Amino acid sequence: MRIGVVTFPGSLDDGDAARAVRLAGGEPVRLWHAEPDLRGVDAVILPGGFSYGDYLRCGAIARFAPVMSEITRLAGPPEARSPGLPVLGICNGFQVLCESHLLPGALVRNDHRRFICRDQRLRIERTTTVWTHGYHDGEEIVVPLKNGEGGFVADPRTLDELEAQGRVVARYLEVNPNGSYRDIAGISNVTGTVVGLMPHPEHAVEPGFGPDLGPVEGDGGTDGLRFFISALAWLAGAGRIELSGAESSGVELSRAGTGQASSSRPSVAQRGAPPA
Amino acid sequence: MGRVVVDVMPKPEILDPQGQAVAGALARLGFTEFTAARQGKRFELDVDAEVTPEVLERARDAAVTLLSNPVIEDVVRVEAVPG
Repeated sequence: MRIGVVTFPGSLDDGDAARAVRLAGGEPVRLWHAEPDLRGVDAVILPGGFSYGDYLRCGAIARFAPVMSEITRLAGPPEARSPGLPVLGICNGFQVLCESHLLPGALVRNDHRRFICRDQRLRIERTTTVWTHGYHDGEEIVVPLKNGEGGFVADPRTLDELEAQGRVVARYLEVNPNGSYRDIAGISNVTGTVVGLMPHPEHAVEPGFGPDLGPVEGDGGTDGLRFFISALAWLAGAGRIELSGAESSGVELSRAGTGQASSSRPSVAQRGAPPA
Repeated sequence: MGRVVVDVMPKPEILDPQGQAVAGALARLGFTEFTAARQGKRFELDVDAEVTPEVLERARDAAVTLLSNPVIEDVVRVEAVPG
């Protein structure tokens, strides 16, 4: 399965995102901001960094890059009931998704006005997305967080709607690191194909190199890997996910017609599997 | 030659950390009569002709498409000024 990773001028974490895809068993495909051609990829990651130097607003210029018009077209509007191109926006990628109106709300400067870099505990609250179905409902993970403008804001009606539709994908635990409303660390579109996340799962994909807060030193640090394994499993046709947003309209998120046998499902991505 | 000025301000209900930092610095410097500060953005858009109503309309369009994010900001002024 081929997952595209977009590089904008000023992207920083495109290399790590591509590496995470590879470690998860997929084929990363580098995409250039100025090329509208998505090279036939099955999903796209918008990486962290400072696209266009964060000029104007974070993600505001990247939104109009040629590659984004194609991604926006294929991903579909956030309220759509049928799944489009899966997209994961991490940090600056989340900002680009909000500026593109692929997700609601906006990211603003941290309330404490300082850049923050820490190992951040999160609770995964929506597991019916392409990118998180390999986690348990309510599972707690620790991944790096690093941002200057990571405060998620939206008007109360939008926030209530996100909560009611179960579209809060992850919430900050212990510390709200940036003033995000309702401790929101990540959200999704209705179908669960598009996910925006402020912390960085791609920096926690290899034993010994990610945050390791478990009982045995050196055995952990891979809490972020299942974001990528989840997407690969879904793309392989095994991730048949029933969605809260789609259920009401009788739609199931699936890749019907891909003809993949269920035996191709990576075991680690099975719902209910224990943490790796 | 003409010029259009576009002013963009953070919405009142959105936290404005930059404005708060400015307010704090003002107080420390003895400008105690200023009880609050908010920080916005001013854009100057130049055109090679007179600023017609059509040009102003285009500037308003640009203001809500690119220059501001309506989720967090308001366009508070779109006006022709001497270039």
